Amino acid sequence: MGSRASRLLREEEIEEIKKETGFSHSQITRLYSRFTSLDKGENGTLSREDFQRIPELAINPLGDRIINAFFPEGYFVLVIFREDQVNFRGFMRTLAHFRPIEDNEKNKNPATEPLNSRTNKLLFAFRLYDLDRDDKISRDELLQVLRMMVGVNISDEQLGSIADRTIQEADTNGDSCISFNEFIKVLEKVDVEQKMSIRFLH
Amino acid sequence: MPSRTVSHGASGRLRGLFLVMVLVFLEGSVFTVAVASSDQHSPITAHSGSHKATDHGSHNNTGKAFPVLDLNYENVRVPFEISLWVLLASLMKLGFHLVPHLSNIVPESCLLIVVGLLVGGIIRGTGETVPPVLDSKLFFYILLPPIILDAGYFLPIRPFMENLGTILIFAVVGTLWNAFFVGGLLYGVCQIGTESSSILSRIGLLQCLLFGSIISAVDPVAVLAVFEEIHINELLHILVFGESLLNDAVTVVLYHLFEEFSGIGSVTLLKGFLGVISFFVVALGGVLVGVLYGILAAFTSRFTSHTRVIEPLFVFLYSYMAYLSAEIFHLSGIMALIACGAVMRPYVEANISHKSHTTIKYFLKMWSSVSETLIFIFLGVATVAGPHDWNWTFVTVTVILCLVARVIGVVGLTFIINKFRIVKLTTKDQFIIAYGGLRGAIAFSLGFLLNKEHFPEREIFLTAIITVIFFTVFVQGMTIKPLVELLAVKKKQEAKRSINEEIHTQFLDHLLTGIEDICGHYGHHHWKDKLNRFNKKYVKKCLIAGERSKEPQLIAFYHKMEMKQAIQLVESGGGIKMPSAVPSTVSMQNIQPRPSTKPAPERAIPQLSKNKEEEIRKILRTNLQRTRQRLRSYNRHTLVADPYEDGLSDLFLKKQKMFQIEKKVSFNKTDNTLTKNSTIYTYIYIHTYIHTYIHTYIHTYISHL
Repeated sequence: MGSRASRLLREEEIEEIKKETGFSHSQITRLYSRFTSLDKGENGTLSREDFQRIPELAINPLGDRIINAFFPEGYFVLVIFREDQVNFRGFMRTLAHFRPIEDNEKNKNPATEPLNSRTNKLLFAFRLYDLDRDDKISRDELLQVLRMMVGVNISDEQLGSIADRTIQEADTNGDSCISFNEFIKVLEKVDVEQKMSIRFLH
Repeated sequence: MPSRTVSHGASGRLRGLFLVMVLVFLEGSVFTVAVASSDQHSPITAHSGSHKATDHGSHNNTGKAFPVLDLNYENVRVPFEISLWVLLASLMKLGFHLVPHLSNIVPESCLLIVVGLLVGGIIRGTGETVPPVLDSKLFFYILLPPIILDAGYFLPIRPFMENLGTILIFAVVGTLWNAFFVGGLLYGVCQIGTESSSILSRIGLLQCLLFGSIISAVDPVAVLAVFEEIHINELLHILVFGESLLNDAVTVVLYHLFEEFSGIGSVTLLKGFLGVISFFVVALGGVLVGVLYGILAAFTSRFTSHTRVIEPLFVFLYSYMAYLSAEIFHLSGIMALIACGAVMRPYVEANISHKSHTTIKYFLKMWSSVSETLIFIFLGVATVAGPHDWNWTFVTVTVILCLVARVIGVVGLTFIINKFRIVKLTTKDQFIIAYGGLRGAIAFSLGFLLNKEHFPEREIFLTAIITVIFFTVFVQGMTIKPLVELLAVKKKQEAKRSINEEIHTQFLDHLLTGIEDICGHYGHHHWKDKLNRFNKKYVKKCLIAGERSKEPQLIAFYHKMEMKQAIQLVESGGGIKMPSAVPSTVSMQNIQPRPSTKPAPERAIPQLSKNKEEEIRKILRTNLQRTRQRLRSYNRHTLVADPYEDGLSDLFLKKQKMFQIEKKVSFNKTDNTLTKNSTIYTYIYIHTYIHTYIHTYIHTYISHL
């Protein structure tokens, strides 16, 4: 690397991350080298600009929201804001949601569920819809996501009717919003374990 | 369903009558065929001789009276026989489903083979020679393509692509393993286990390997026939079925390779190496040919908006041409057909009319169903026809080896594959995959093609192949259903895809693609996203006509769902029937409240203010389309212009406005009252227009189903 020594990952840190996220040693080192290659400022943390520099992310309709999900939330006098930098621990914590579920991890005590359990994966996806964090996907939030995915050619009316239809299908308690439980129920037929997992090569 | 049991008694008698009719017809047709085939196959017998004499006699006797009724079977013999066979097959299919409980216990394929055996037995019993019906040319060029095209056109692309690696490993490595294991061990048994003078010891290694390669391929026809009835989950279905389709390339290469080696008699390393290369050529070449024809078909369908009648024909012709073109170069015709169908489908479906879509679907299903039935019946007939050479050792060893090889192959390969899969294959899955490895008519036809000079043991091979086929189809086919129940294998989920699933699945796709990009990991989602982007940017513009090329997938899905719902609405709740002769223009003022129609009784009729009513009337007037004049002059070459294509997006917008109005109306309870008549009047407006509109456009659609 360059003259400014990029920080090497210490063994204790690797162990801690391993315990917290369940990644293997080689996976952690590999992702660390990716982290450092993204970190242009070489200060051990990633900012939003570092993420936005990834070209494919710019054309991804959900790019901004994904980037946001990496930055941990902080609280300041009851106002939820997002911090500007994410360190390697936070990076790995977010990525841990996408680790494939292994057989020996299933049937564990639900109180101490690992980050990549089915419920936590779905919670991650849910939070990407639900920006104001009221644990409900309202019609407007759904409309925003639809608009991002569908592009500019479709009229608001059509999109509105799709959103209405979607909420009508999912909503069981009649509050014309999709709660997290309704979200889980709708996706029960979808193989979330496979859909939301990335094979991090050894 | 209570209504069915009430009429059961009467329909039971009718069923019995029908079955008797079928049997009588069967007998009659068999004798006709026997008579006809005897004319063909034994022209020297006195029977036909006398026939010819009478023929001559009738021509020479010019003094005879003009024959009012004359028998001339020879002219129509071939088409008549073909039609008779097809009719027999279809009647058999009908018959099986009428007999209660039979189709639950025994899979259709078994019953059909039994029927074939019976027919062959009857023909032989009457002393005639059984016609060689399962001719390889007939099989490979007429009977097989419809089944494969049906499978390829409706192939569920997403699960296929997601499991492509697994499928390929099973198809290529699994088939190779099976072929070499069976062939090699068979040779060993033949050499060691028997005396040196018996026939078996004369079978060379190459012949054994060729036999192994013929018998080791899982057959798509048999798999389809059996798996269709057991409804297992999508993953297992696509694994076994995909394997049966893709192993055709391996089979073709191995077959030609060993056939050539046996003919020439020398094997060199160079030839072996060329064999490996030819495998890639055969497989990829077949796919390439298929893709080419698929693109051509998609491109052609872009211009068919004025000649809707022949749209389905293009789909069928291009696919068949793809198959035949691949066969010219000895490439894998099956892979070409699958590739062609899979590639052309999204674009063709965006371009063609709904009627053509229905036509294609039903023609494909019809042809593939008839083909399948005929194949199994002919298998039965060919078994009776022989020629057979039963050799206990050979046959039993073959059957056992096939089973053992399959089990070992599946278990071993799954062990390796599970290291790379996210969702591992369980033992139950492995069992079903191994048990579902059925052999079928392709193996028989390939054996039939063998040259007698190079393969003096051809009859032994054929007998063994037939035994294996019978074993797999009967034993495995019959027991797989109870086994699936016993092992509680996950079944297919019947529910349709909801709009929620569609939206969230796309959402997750984008999410995963983003995460993969962040990790720098060029995996599955990354390439799929790239392909989608390429597709949207370049390919769709070329191949899809007009506005549909820019339609996002979500909107297309939503439209389809709305359409289905609208049809259901008319089918279930269409109580208000309008006269089918549609007036060309309808003026709102002329509608009188009809005494026969009634507003939806469950809805409480709210009171409306005069302003609200005027508003509603204005909206209705401006937004509803004039129901078009549909009765144009009838022409054999054009269908009535499909109203869907023109009014589709308008229909949905109107429908939305309709529902909005209804919502508005139903919430308005506090305004001043008008007379009850006017509210009923308004409701009749709304309802008659909804129902007229939907009913007339959809009525034709339903009548075509």
